[in-house]
Amino acid sequence: MTPTLLGQKIGMTQVFDDEGNVHPVTVLKLGPCQVLQVRTAEKDKYEAVQLGYLDKPRKSATKAERGHVAKVGAEPKRFVREVRLDAPAEHEAGAVLTADIFDGVKAVDIIGTMKGRGYSGTMKRHGFGGLEATHGVQRSHRAPGSIGCSAYPARVIKGRKMNGQYGNTRSTVRNVKVVRLDAEQSLLLVRGGVPGPNGGMVMVRETNRKKSKKA
Amino acid sequence: MSIQPLLAHVQSSSLKSDAPEFQIGDTVDVHVRILEGDKERIQIFTGIVIARRGQGTSENFTVRRIVAGEGVERIFPIHSPKIAKVEIVRRAIVRRAKLYYLRDRIGKQAFRLKERPIEKKKETGRARTRVKARKARQAAAATEEAAAPEKKKRRRKTKKTAGDAES
Repeated sequence: MTPTLLGQKIGMTQVFDDEGNVHPVTVLKLGPCQVLQVRTAEKDKYEAVQLGYLDKPRKSATKAERGHVAKVGAEPKRFVREVRLDAPAEHEAGAVLTADIFDGVKAVDIIGTMKGRGYSGTMKRHGFGGLEATHGVQRSHRAPGSIGCSAYPARVIKGRKMNGQYGNTRSTVRNVKVVRLDAEQSLLLVRGGVPGPNGGMVMVRETNRKKSKKA
Repeated sequence: MSIQPLLAHVQSSSLKSDAPEFQIGDTVDVHVRILEGDKERIQIFTGIVIARRGQGTSENFTVRRIVAGEGVERIFPIHSPKIAKVEIVRRAIVRRAKLYYLRDRIGKQAFRLKERPIEKKKETGRARTRVKARKARQAAAATEEAAAPEKKKRRRKTKKTAGDAES
């Protein structure tokens, strides 16, 4: 299985490498994650493992959650995600995965939930330029401008970028370089930013982006 | 606001245990490691520390000097391995944490700060490095001036640079 773990974004800082160069890094706390369930082709029509990260108090879990984790003798988890596999799972239900499975991994994909920005206009949401600040423009400096043609097609083309809810959605950043792995503290340092607020839940896996010719 | 403990743990490996000590207003020699091909050499940047900001690994300081009548500022990260050492050549009495007002000063005024009456001996060391640096820039002229006493030299130079700025 490609190394995959659930974790939390801790925050950003900067570190120096051996050559004295500065790297802006995001610190991620990964695992330990328990395998709560193994999905198999015979039973579930697909192969996957279900990972759980961070215990939560039993009283704040539903009875269904408690029953589900009781099968592997675990505590209810705050963050549960499935990882799809091509081959039958190597891990049994109840196994605990830790950050050392990322040993030797050079780049990762990080899946998180973006910070919510509420109902946003086109300038913030899609990077539109807006209209002019002057030259007779009135009350529509941040307006999107024209959204289509006229009598033909007499409708707005589907997929038109407009204003609306922005953020608070699943977001993936791919091929993020790993700067350092601290398996002892379950920390992974990756170069650059990661979606979501500090403390937000993330899923990290070895990148599925094909290596470029240079690498 | 205190720093997140895990972030502090991450930073701890990048922090120097023997971080250079100096204060705002000090005139310092910053020894910078420079990699040329596979050879490493040390370059010295001399000037007045006019600001210090940030915390943890991102803590840095600003050094200002006047080169050929033009103000030059460099910002160094305190904990960078590329900073070999920071030598204090002169201390000064200042009443501000940020000496940005020096930017508005021209000529002699630009580096005239009240000196703290300590470490007189290091004055000569500073003069020597100054002369060395100047030699590198303008070989012929500098060698002549090197013979002149240190105090006069500095004044003469500043007058010259002030004149450059005007013209």
